[in-house]
Amino acid sequence: MFARNRLLRPLSLPLIATLAACAVGTPKEALQLTEQSLAERQMQTRRFETADEGRILVAVVGLLQDLGFNLDESESRLGVVVASKTRDATEAKQVALAILAAAFGAYAPIDDRQKMRASVITRPVGANNQHVAVRVTFQRIVWDTSKTVSKAEALTDPDHYSTFFARLSEALFLEAHEI
Amino acid sequence: MRRIAISFWVVLIIAGLSACQTDSRQQLLATAESQVALRSMQSRVFDTTDRETTMRTAIATLQDLGFVIDKADAELGAVSATKLDRYMLRMTVTVRPRGQSQLLVRASAEYQEKEVVEPEPYQNFFVALEKAMFLTANQID
Repeated sequence: MFARNRLLRPLSLPLIATLAACAVGTPKEALQLTEQSLAERQMQTRRFETADEGRILVAVVGLLQDLGFNLDESESRLGVVVASKTRDATEAKQVALAILAAAFGAYAPIDDRQKMRASVITRPVGANNQHVAVRVTFQRIVWDTSKTVSKAEALTDPDHYSTFFARLSEALFLEAHEI
Repeated sequence: MRRIAISFWVVLIIAGLSACQTDSRQQLLATAESQVALRSMQSRVFDTTDRETTMRTAIATLQDLGFVIDKADAELGAVSATKLDRYMLRMTVTVRPRGQSQLLVRASAEYQEKEVVEPEPYQNFFVALEKAMFLTANQID
């Protein structure tokens, strides 16, 4: 009995890890619309009273440059602008915890770099396409000091979106209407 | 007794690893499932010829589903997007004419470095797209 336990213990963990690495399925809700989808759409979208989609795209690119983003992709025929920036991701709280861990002789990796992406999509809306809807979405990937991805997430703080649209509205001299 | 226990574990580990690969280069042109079955679960036909509107609707649907658009090409009729939600889900949607009066929309997805081969995620995507298109998504025969 004793011998079996000694064999079991060290083996069971790596075995489970092995099996988990070779079988993953897509989460059911990943491609399903939820009530939250609608709320997010409202938060991320504004309507501008102009039919000039090109003018909006030019303003969007200018704003993204102002915010330190670099353009990755664009397709003006479909109203698509994608930009990104890589920035420091160090946070005071994590540094404090890492120092505390180090005092006890443990190494705790902390967030180091982050790639932040903005994707802006414009779309003619209204009965005669007389308005343009703009939807922006932000996401980021964070790497820690051991070069491992520590976060891969959508950025859903409403303040980010309202600030973005306030700035866009200023640049366009047009009011941003909620949808 | 001990020898039996060891051989039991060895067999179990090999069984666990059998889902893993022996030559990772073979991934390059590897395909999961049968091509015909996969293509049919990834494709739907819509009764419209307005390719640009269909593409814009596909983009809006991907955004509704929490994706961030990576790139789009009106000429090719292709859109790619990524969803990050502790996992990484990448999707490419293509829109091309089918005959004189229809468009064929095909979606392919990759979840955590693996091709998505289950029908449900694609069904869910087309349910969302259908709603946004105000058109029925027809399965290809």
